Amino acid sequence: MKILVPVKRVIDYNVKPRVKADGSGVDLANVKMSMNPFDEIAVEEALRLRESGAATEVIAVSVGPAKAQETLRTALAMGADRAILVETEDAVEPLAVAKILKAIAAEEEPGIVMLGKQAIDDDSNQTGQMLAALMDRPQGTFASKVAIEGDHVSVTREVDGGLETVKLALPAVVTTDLRLNEPRYASLPNIMKAKSKPLAMKTPADYGVDTAPRITTTHVAEPPVRQAGEIVADVDALVAKLKALGVA
Amino acid sequence: MTALVFAEPHGDSVADATLAAVTAASQLGGDVHVLVAGSDAAGQAHAGIAGVSKVLVASDDAYAHGLAENLAPLIAGLADGYDAVLAPATTTGKNVLPRVAAMLDVMQVSDIINVEGPKTFKRPIYAGNAIATVESSDPKLVITVRTTTFEKAAAEGGSASVETVAGPGSAGSSEFVGLDAVKSDRPELTSAKIIVSGGRALKDGETFEQVITPLADKLGAAIGASRAAVDAGYVPNDYQVGQTGKIVAPEVYIAIGISGAIQHLAGMKDSKTIVAINKDPDAPIFQVADVGLVGDLFTVVPELTSKL
Ligand SMILES: Cc1cc2nc3c(=O)[nH]c(=O)nc-3n(C[C@H](O)[C@H](O)[C@H](O)COP(=O)(O)OP(=O)(O)OC[C@H]3O[C@@H](n4cnc5c(N)ncnc54)[C@H](O)[C@@H]3O)c2cc1C
Ligand SMILES: Cc1cc2nc3c(=O)[nH]c(=O)nc-3n(C[C@H](O)[C@H](O)[C@H](O)COP(=O)(O)OP(=O)(O)OC[C@H]3O[C@@H](n4cnc5c(N)ncnc54)[C@H](O)[C@@H]3O)c2cc1C
Repeated sequence: MKILVPVKRVIDYNVKPRVKADGSGVDLANVKMSMNPFDEIAVEEALRLRESGAATEVIAVSVGPAKAQETLRTALAMGADRAILVETEDAVEPLAVAKILKAIAAEEEPGIVMLGKQAIDDDSNQTGQMLAALMDRPQGTFASKVAIEGDHVSVTREVDGGLETVKLALPAVVTTDLRLNEPRYASLPNIMKAKSKPLAMKTPADYGVDTAPRITTTHVAEPPVRQAGEIVADVDALVAKLKALGVA
Repeated sequence: MTALVFAEPHGDSVADATLAAVTAASQLGGDVHVLVAGSDAAGQAHAGIAGVSKVLVASDDAYAHGLAENLAPLIAGLADGYDAVLAPATTTGKNVLPRVAAMLDVMQVSDIINVEGPKTFKRPIYAGNAIATVESSDPKLVITVRTTTFEKAAAEGGSASVETVAGPGSAGSSEFVGLDAVKSDRPELTSAKIIVSGGRALKDGETFEQVITPLADKLGAAIGASRAAVDAGYVPNDYQVGQTGKIVAPEVYIAIGISGAIQHLAGMKDSKTIVAINKDPDAPIFQVADVGLVGDLFTVVPELTSKL
């Protein structure tokens, strides 16, 4: 069984994003970019399934600019077998990403497509669900545990009310939550080895997908800033404050 | 213009999250219908929501457990008669609605915080570090709603008609196995007026319980936590507040031993008043706190609890 892992290049989670002064977007020039943290978790989970014998091959794929090759090399250095970059300089929305991934899945026939539950830049939380719909296959979103059981996968999901378990017929789409695993670091030898692993270059046109956006961002603004308040001297002063708020 | 709201499953009653989504739907300027996947009694409860003119009830067992494989074809099938389909951005809404959107070949607008015009919305991006104004060009709107930023519609006073609907039923590809629910008598995190939240500094589950619970009990508060506290196993996953946990906006949020990472702030910075207790005067949480106390939580929190 193959596992397909879509990975997205995003602003590093340690960087505080700055809105451009003209309101056209977030300033990504000279900002550190990394693999979306949820996607690292997806790569890790796919590798563990391969290492346990449940999967045979892990293929990383990214839709994005030429620089997303770095992100794919990171996935290869972690241990993915090969990679596909669908290169486009345009911003591609989740629906179009899902259509591209569907076309790739039709060629590769993976048993599982393992995505992040959300990308930390756009926070859309859609791509996996959309892909599952387009493939007409089941979805296990927000996964904190994944177990292959014959021709099914059991997925434990982090939901508002606790932990939910569902059983899905393979092939299936899984999206990762933070507690699924702790991703490994790529070792130096593996980083070197990754440089010679296959990385196929494609374009959205190769898959016949129209990536024209359906949603236009007309303006991007800073959120209202909170002013730092007062530091009180001791617990008594805090109690007085809470009483004034009507809390106690 | 008619909008369909997919109600958050909530037994035989109405979830606050649904009431917020109804408000957002009303702001689109037309009729609002609600789809309830559940019992007839749940349908009747939703008929009382002010501003709702029709309730559709789908009571087939296939729709009982929020399985997206079964619900999405039901909703997409009904969408023909609607200009917009909305759901609260709960884990259920976030699971089901993008699947509906893809079936309709529509780009979903996720997690809106404001309705600016018939097809224009505000939504947070980059963990709330930027607010984007976005305009959809799709013929139909598919929207998830951030429930903390919309007033709740009145749960009573409406008199909607109730209809039953049937859908394609089970898709047969997924099965609900079980829910490991965290039972608690406390207010629910997302609708609580006061939240006491603990971070990594609480050391372990036992200490968390000993320090945080008595204070929360005194205040009648819900309990939240940072990701670090959840990852370390002090408390269950559904306590997590933040970009990837729950979004909350209580009257008062008390952050104890939480540093204030942007991912945590993303989940609570719309709280009316933020109180922070931290031993590090330079902790970033103090930059957003209205009231701060610098001190060792193991002494000041018990003292605070005893003085309230
Ligand atoms: C005018 C405009 C400008 C934009 N500018 C930017 C910008 O400057 N920077 C930016 O990052 N975004 C930008 N976007 C948003 C971008 O086009 C996508 O909508 C968004 O990045 C897709 O990710 P998401 O967070 O919405 O997906 P989610 O649904 O949250 O992602 C979930 C998962 O899907 C997978 N996935 C998502 N996208 C890809 C991908 N491209 N390749 C492989 N796997 C993927 C990953 O596994 C990810 O974890 C812009 C959009 C518009 C319309
Ligand atoms: C993709 C991604 C998503 C994330 N999503 C979330 C999310 O949804 N929610 C979330 O919370 N985090 C999230 N995080 C994690 C986040 O970056 C931080 O790591 C986390 O919030 C830190 O938790 P903390 O404040 O409890 O711990 P720390 O940062 O370790 O802070 C502990 C604080 O306690 C103080 N302290 C220590 N001892 C005492 C004492 N005796 N008395 C008083 N104060 C004391 C310290 O001064 C420190 O400020 C995410 C991270 C990533 C990468």
